[in-house]
Amino acid sequence: MSGEPHPSILSFDDVTFGFEDEPVLRNVTFSLHRGETLIVHGAAGSGKTVLLKIALGLLRPSRGTVRVFGRDVTALHERDWFDVRSHIGVLFQEGGLFDSLSIEDNVAYPLLNQPRLAAPQAEVDLRVRRSLEFVELGHTLDKLPSELSGGMRRRVGIARAIVTEPELMLYDSPTAGLDPITANTIMALILKGRDVRRASTMIVTHRHQDGEILERYRYDEASAALRPAGTNGSPSFTRYMVLDQGRIAFIGSPVEFDSCADPLVARFASR
Amino acid sequence: MLDLLKAPVLTFQEFIGLSARAVSGVVRKPYYWDDVFVQMDLIGVGSLPVVILTGFFSGAVMALQMSRALQTYGATSQVGQIVAITLVREMGPVLTALMVAGRNSSGMASELGSMKVTEQIDAMRALGTDPVMKLVKPRLIATAFVLPLLTVLADFLGLVGGWMVACKMLGLTTGSQYWNTAWRALEYNDIAQGLLKPFVFAIVLSLVGCFYGMRASGGTQGVGRATTQAVVVASVWVVVLTFVIGRVFVSM
Repeated sequence: MSGEPHPSILSFDDVTFGFEDEPVLRNVTFSLHRGETLIVHGAAGSGKTVLLKIALGLLRPSRGTVRVFGRDVTALHERDWFDVRSHIGVLFQEGGLFDSLSIEDNVAYPLLNQPRLAAPQAEVDLRVRRSLEFVELGHTLDKLPSELSGGMRRRVGIARAIVTEPELMLYDSPTAGLDPITANTIMALILKGRDVRRASTMIVTHRHQDGEILERYRYDEASAALRPAGTNGSPSFTRYMVLDQGRIAFIGSPVEFDSCADPLVARFASR
Repeated sequence: MLDLLKAPVLTFQEFIGLSARAVSGVVRKPYYWDDVFVQMDLIGVGSLPVVILTGFFSGAVMALQMSRALQTYGATSQVGQIVAITLVREMGPVLTALMVAGRNSSGMASELGSMKVTEQIDAMRALGTDPVMKLVKPRLIATAFVLPLLTVLADFLGLVGGWMVACKMLGLTTGSQYWNTAWRALEYNDIAQGLLKPFVFAIVLSLVGCFYGMRASGGTQGVGRATTQAVVVASVWVVVLTFVIGRVFVSM
């Protein structure tokens, strides 16, 4: 990595969340830079999801400062958050699709409800179709989420997250509960989304394979396939973070991650 | 002692917060009219069978129970008056509200609760909509509009039920006398009370249902818990509020 030439897109400064006697996050400080991928590992209940929800403004930190796109959002009013969120794409753990809406309406939802993204119906339709074809689910427009498998629902979740072409993508355990083959398909799509659109990405996962794929591969548009990072002149710009009981136990480059002696960190590294 | 009070006080405070946001939202954009009409259909049309049956039989049973007492005093001609007053003032609004609490407050709590535990409410906020405006406000507007209408229907069918029992079954009085005494017994005060109550109940029923749904946690078990709490709390509020409103009108 070449120093920090990229501006910070998301930063936490000494953020604590939860009650005094039982904080879920404690004194968390980190930055995510433009174009960077941050892979967050941690055991269940270590505060990974809370970290994402604070970044999205769904939870308010008890202490500390959060900046998104350089703007202090710590005490932002809910009404003002909508504009900030329109620049962020998110995939929730179970997809978070609306049961009562068709796949098409689910994917169109952010375009129809974010004032900043308002567009004529024809353009909305086009973007929805393009986004669903991106995740290879162009044929499911009229189906309901309940008619799709778990992996397909997760892919629709990705389509809905990228349809707004956000600058920052947040993924909450995108492969949780999926079989290895489906999990790899999802990771390939996340990689494709990251590299085609060069979005900054923060991904929370407990599978070390997910981190490896993001760190070691890049999506090559010309051949429409995954290539090992660095082979086509595009270096990997990835960092790892490990959370333990709400604290950052480790944050650093892949090399530091692989060589870290801490047994807790080593559990998540592929050794 | 203070620790024991802490949880209910905090819950009430949260409820007031949600209520204030929903009620103030009624006069603010955006409006999701499609959702309002869907809810009106669900609550209004959907509750028709249960409200019709409850209204009819509550009037019928009132006439039946009163028949012996009125015969004792030779006042069977007044049966219409008694049925009209008790139904319009009290039983119509309360029984209708309790039916709608059982049907719709529970439905709201379970629907919103399921959305909460599957992160759909978080997704809604993340994708640009305020769940209070999109989910709570349409339910509040729809219930406040249809519950008074359902109550009027229940009141009327209760009078029909009373007429069937009093005139057709027991022959206590004639039809014209029944309807005449029923009509003349009602004052504007009764009508006002009979319409204000369902309006207030509607606000409480919808807000309680939505509130328990929106704070559900802990998976499917949490949704079940939220549903039960919503029905119990909404029903208790109905009987408490009917006394409070009744007290205000009695002293007027």
